[in-house]
Amino acid sequence: MDFSYTPEQIEIKDLAMKFAKNEMMPKAQEFDSKAEMPFQILEKAWSLGLVNTCIPTEFGGNGFSAIDSMIITEALAYGCMGMNTAIMANDLALLPIVLGGSLEQKKKFLTPFTEKYKIAAFCLTEPSNGSDAGGIKTSIKEDGDDVIINGNKMWITNAGYADLFVLYGTTDSSLKHKAITAVVIEKGTAGIEIGKKEDKMGHRCSDTRAVTFNNVRVSKSNIIGGLNKGWGIAMKTLDHSRPMVAASAVGGAQCALDHAIKYAKERVQFNVPISQHQAIQFMIADMAMKTEASRLLVHKAAWLLDNQLSNTQLASYAKAFAADSCMQIATDAVQVFGGYGYSKEYPVEKIMRDAKLIQLYEGTSQIQRLVIAKEIFTR
Amino acid sequence: MNIYVCVKQVPDTETKIIPNADGTFIETGSIKWIMNPYDEFAVEQALLVQAANAGSTVTVLRVGSVKDTEALRTAMAMGADDAFLVEAADNLDSYSIAKALKGAISKSGKNPDLILTGKQAIDDDCLQVPQILATMLDIPSVSVVVEYSGSTTDIVVKREIEGGALEVYGVKLPAMIACNKGINTPRYASLPGIMKAKKKPLVVLSLAEVSVVESDRRVKYSHFQLPPEKPSGKKFDATDSAKMGGVVKEVVGLLRTEAKVI
Ligand SMILES: Cc1cc2nc3c(=O)[nH]c(=O)nc-3n(C[C@H](O)[C@H](O)[C@H](O)COP(=O)(O)OP(=O)(O)OC[C@H]3O[C@@H](n4cnc5c(N)ncnc54)[C@H](O)[C@@H]3O)c2cc1C
Repeated sequence: MDFSYTPEQIEIKDLAMKFAKNEMMPKAQEFDSKAEMPFQILEKAWSLGLVNTCIPTEFGGNGFSAIDSMIITEALAYGCMGMNTAIMANDLALLPIVLGGSLEQKKKFLTPFTEKYKIAAFCLTEPSNGSDAGGIKTSIKEDGDDVIINGNKMWITNAGYADLFVLYGTTDSSLKHKAITAVVIEKGTAGIEIGKKEDKMGHRCSDTRAVTFNNVRVSKSNIIGGLNKGWGIAMKTLDHSRPMVAASAVGGAQCALDHAIKYAKERVQFNVPISQHQAIQFMIADMAMKTEASRLLVHKAAWLLDNQLSNTQLASYAKAFAADSCMQIATDAVQVFGGYGYSKEYPVEKIMRDAKLIQLYEGTSQIQRLVIAKEIFTR
Repeated sequence: MNIYVCVKQVPDTETKIIPNADGTFIETGSIKWIMNPYDEFAVEQALLVQAANAGSTVTVLRVGSVKDTEALRTAMAMGADDAFLVEAADNLDSYSIAKALKGAISKSGKNPDLILTGKQAIDDDCLQVPQILATMLDIPSVSVVVEYSGSTTDIVVKREIEGGALEVYGVKLPAMIACNKGINTPRYASLPGIMKAKKKPLVVLSLAEVSVVESDRRVKYSHFQLPPEKPSGKKFDATDSAKMGGVVKEVVGLLRTEAKVI
């Protein structure tokens, strides 16, 4: 048992935190209010190796362990949770290829992402199927050497600028999980219709849209892991991506906590800094405790992955606990700031808006509990 | 060109410094070490000069404790080729450090064409090592440099002087240049750079190997302590003009008897 980072991990963290503080934080508020993708910042992050952490060295990536990528994600989310969503959505979309793709597919689809800053989108959710992902209706029909895709996707991060879509559909919706199929669709393929940008509560600089697929034809060679093999790949992807989303919650929580501590030392009420009022101290103690507990769950979920051990349950612990804690911590940070916390002049209201999404995407906090309970009662 | 950069590892600027239990140095146990920020300009300048002169090498040197090699690894992750660390306690004096750096340069087996450092280290703020080292090597040195240009033999540097004016120096290499903020914008050590740095050579030398002995010390630190805490200020209420005379009298009295400044 060892809780320390390796010397390289310390450096990775330092770089990512430096980037978060120098490049992301100063622009976070601006891009949030403009609701625009910060392409320059994203591209710079990419040039430093902070994007697409899931790509293995064979295909031009950096060969990061799961723990390494948690460290990076936490730091980037510290800088801005919304920008991190734009970054993390790439991993989310590329992971199915990393985990289930053939050698040819990996070379073809992953390597370009290491040569140039490119954007990927992960298309699972539909207007009428969110939590119940096994019930998706987007159809994938065989047609000779091709498949034809028809259906509507909803809440797709990065959709407006994506070079690559990784889509989950079904060959027969009555078969539920057994017919789920994952397929790669390149930008420019005929029949992709990008919807209007959602006007969101938080993560406003990330691009979220509906996408419609109208008779989109792609070669069968774009199917990941074979027809009807998509559900297994989706589950494996979640084992990786849920800890990552949880890591982003830790980053947001740590940022809210740091702001709260600093402000509590500066703000004087009743002739003393509010940090000397026990009610504030206890609130901040709880925030610190929950942040560290979340981080440890994230690290354990990632450590299990790095050691090829099953982490489904831990991934859900981490995702639910870190997301719920982040929401609480961000809310309490606003409380510590008092009325000033409610103003956009101060940084914590944005974290509170951003935190909410972590409880929703990649499986809501309720769905995580469902997964955990299932693991408990069916094993 | 053989380019050398001397870097120091200093406590992170946000560190709360406290003396250790016996007052011989500061408490280092919980310190997060970083590369001295001014040295980042020196590393960046070395990499810029290297890029402009094909076939050049950049070697980083550091004198200090071995337990954390942050500064050297960061320099190599930014692009430096190799590193030398002279293992020593963190409280050596400037003269011993300069002598150890000179020894490390000679151990590297190359003659320096250019040595770069930051203008000062932000921890002890001695501002001495570059000049002492240059004197030991018998080469010219210019400090507080904000502009650099030139060839492999002759350079022109500008340094800041009082009033925001610039002094311009033409310097024959080899020389020592101590960099100030503004000379460049240090690059980030990229993640691929960090991964590559793991495989770059880092030679560790002892003080004995670079012929530094205890009697080289010119400065001995006798005691480390925090400055006395400032007593909080006194406020005088002068809103009521009727009582103004009394308040002025009281302030003058206190300035005489308590503050003893008049
Ligand atoms: C900004 C944003 C970005 C997103 N990005 C992507 C993306 O890139 N790709 C993608 O595919 N999807 C994305 N999503 C979709 C996201 O994953 C879904 O919104 C999420 O899974 C929830 O689905 P839903 O919105 O349909 O809610 P529902 O499934 O309708 O859930 C509504 C409520 O019911 C609860 N609930 C549902 N079922 C149960 C149950 N069985 N037991 C208990 N409670 C239950 C939920 O927890 C929730 O509270 C994004 C969403 C947002 C808001």
